[in-house]
Amino acid sequence: MLLARHAEAAFWMARYVERAENLARLLDVQQVFANDSRDPGSWGSILALNSDEPRFMETHDVVDRETVTQFYVLDQENPTSIISAIHWARENARALRPLISTEMWSQLNVFRRRLNALTPLDLSDAHLSRTYAMVKEGCQAHTGITEGTFFRDESWYFYSIGRQLERADQTTRLLDIKYHQLLPQGADVGSAFDIGQWNSILRSAAGYYAYRRVHSQAMSPATIAGFLLQNRAFPRSIALCVNDMDRTLNELRSRYGLRGGAAALERIDELQAELNGRSIESILISGLHEFLDMFQKTLSLLGVDIARDFFHHEDISGSMQTQTQ
Amino acid sequence: MSQPPTRSGLLRTYDSGEYYCELLGASGNPHPIYETIERQLSTISEEELRNRALASENDMFDLGITFTVYSEKSAIDRVLPFDLIPRVLSVGEWETLDAGVKQRVATINLFLADIYGAGQVLKDKIVPAELVYGNANFREQMRGIKVPKNVYVTICGIDIVRDQAGGFRVLEDNARTPSGVSYVIENRRMMLRAWPELFQGSGVRSVDSYGPRLRQALAETSPPANGDPHIVLLTPGTYNSAYFEHVFLAREMGVPLVEGRDMVVQDNKVFLRTIAGLRRVHTIYRRIDDDFLDPLVFREDSALGVPGLMGAYVAGNVQLANAVGTGVADDKAIYAYMPRLIRYYLQQDPILDNVETHLCGEEEGLAFTLANLKSLVVKPVGESGGYGVVIGPRATEVEIEETRRKVIANPSNFISQPVVGLSVCPTLCPEGIEPRHVDLRPFAITGNDTWVLPGGLTRVALRKNSLVVNSSQGGGSKDTWVLLPEGGR
Repeated sequence: MLLARHAEAAFWMARYVERAENLARLLDVQQVFANDSRDPGSWGSILALNSDEPRFMETHDVVDRETVTQFYVLDQENPTSIISAIHWARENARALRPLISTEMWSQLNVFRRRLNALTPLDLSDAHLSRTYAMVKEGCQAHTGITEGTFFRDESWYFYSIGRQLERADQTTRLLDIKYHQLLPQGADVGSAFDIGQWNSILRSAAGYYAYRRVHSQAMSPATIAGFLLQNRAFPRSIALCVNDMDRTLNELRSRYGLRGGAAALERIDELQAELNGRSIESILISGLHEFLDMFQKTLSLLGVDIARDFFHHEDISGSMQTQTQ
Repeated sequence: MSQPPTRSGLLRTYDSGEYYCELLGASGNPHPIYETIERQLSTISEEELRNRALASENDMFDLGITFTVYSEKSAIDRVLPFDLIPRVLSVGEWETLDAGVKQRVATINLFLADIYGAGQVLKDKIVPAELVYGNANFREQMRGIKVPKNVYVTICGIDIVRDQAGGFRVLEDNARTPSGVSYVIENRRMMLRAWPELFQGSGVRSVDSYGPRLRQALAETSPPANGDPHIVLLTPGTYNSAYFEHVFLAREMGVPLVEGRDMVVQDNKVFLRTIAGLRRVHTIYRRIDDDFLDPLVFREDSALGVPGLMGAYVAGNVQLANAVGTGVADDKAIYAYMPRLIRYYLQQDPILDNVETHLCGEEEGLAFTLANLKSLVVKPVGESGGYGVVIGPRATEVEIEETRRKVIANPSNFISQPVVGLSVCPTLCPEGIEPRHVDLRPFAITGNDTWVLPGGLTRVALRKNSLVVNSSQGGGSKDTWVLLPEGGR
């Protein structure tokens, strides 16, 4: 039977890699927004999105393209940077070495070495999108190698749940970036400018053409948000991630006869009800940001449910270290 | 007409000098396999050999076959340098080593059962009692404890060298947590990839069964379980320099690799924290020292162990391999008594001799050592890894005098031995193929019986003229070949 510590490490290894990939996507789209708005203040929105303003302001005086990009890509002191995420993914992989394939281990090793070798030059206008592409590719190589070589026992289930949970959470953030943009309200909604930004969000989630297959007609904020929230076939949609977790957790419990996870399943039910029970129009009317905020909180509670039932349930002393969001 | 060259190819200029050569033998009477190796070495260019060696080291790095060197600021993963020219042991040589190692392991286990039991060997004054009871590695908690089948040392590594006459001599016993076996197995895999031609028709014994054998021995000495005993490997954690080996062995055995914090003791039984709750553990192959096993009994600041583990062990509910307190048997001072202990317990002559050893804790030994510092090797009793060893003929005047002061200040902390001119092996060096000194660490596993992994770890001192083979001091390793009997498989 899988060690609780190994289950936790598999869960977090997946989350950290997924986080790094999505952060690269998010920064990429932020770059487009900033170019559009010509407002350097817009860089604050990505800090707000990740609730990182207080920490950022401790060490920085200026919020601009350079400082924010450096903070999220290269800053090893920043626990929410891409380089930190991959560092922690590798630390979890090290703990998991008896269980993961040698190829998984060696790819993360090489990937981290590549990130460590990045310099501020790699963040310049001329190189930045190539750098993000490299990060995305490194993360996808990890995902692919894992799919092809990771033994399908209990640890695989925790790995899968971790990845889907993180991906769902990151998609809520990607959608939420629109809210945090200081845009004029009312008249601009649905304008060419507004649609252009929604378009960028879709593209950064690699969803533009998938969306086109479903909605070949006009583009509207409602249909795009609805696509990222509710589509059952798009791999980065929140609905697909949540349904996947539901299936994975049920299979894990029945296949290995585990009693834990009941609370997590209830929480997933709750999420599914929120997603499926409402039309996108009604979500937009009562506020997309509020909806996403609630959703992020519920996802975080889901993480707590899983940790309690599987990672620390026998930990009377409470000495077990918990990895942070 | 000129004399035809006796050697060709890359061995053309090779000269082992005054030392015994593992490949050529003492009197230029070469091993039969030598012809094969010579043939290969005469068809391969030095550049090609270097490329293959480099490719092997890169492989090891990518595969994570590394040990970690910690400095003040950083942790660097390094590979143990690997030399492609194998060290070969004949059928007869291996028979001697195999029997000698088994004899030694049997004696160590009998000795440990004795000193933690009736203490007959002390009553019979074979070994001075203070050397045992006053030993820093003697564990009072082990007195009167019943160890399954009296196997105290499940895994034993015995360091063996060859002197100038070609005789095998034991340099040191490792009865605590001997390491290095992963390199034996990985080196072979590496060799088969890097130089497959060399194996054609060579008839080399396989090293692949170490993991299953170890698992079987652990099961044989396990406390009673319902069905298969649950075996785990206990590591100090991912930052330990030997973490790769722990991962490797756990995988080879197919058992979980656990840390102290993964286990909990309840009602004197050990349990693993799993995703389904607590699961009973019966046997622990532990790769952490006695001192760190249980903060309730040993070092209380240890976060590596499991509180209550000793209680469960003493109650017979869990087996530890190796047992607690085995360090008293591989101490450099007890080592000097090993030939006498072999005669005492087994009524046999030692198959493998010791290196002649003078105990500075004894008056005679101290006087002899101080009078001959310049020609002796002086070793601190408690150190390992080659640290603190002073080789008289190579030491400066200042070092000699410093050693003299240290020995006088604390005589019983030192032993001395004559310098052994370790045997050499042809080795690829920056200057070409040159003789380099080697030793050998065979690994023995004991359950119902003792089994010795054919070969062992051959360490090689890569620095010219160096006699120190430790990885921390510029050592590398070689694949070790034990030949099959004629017609054998």
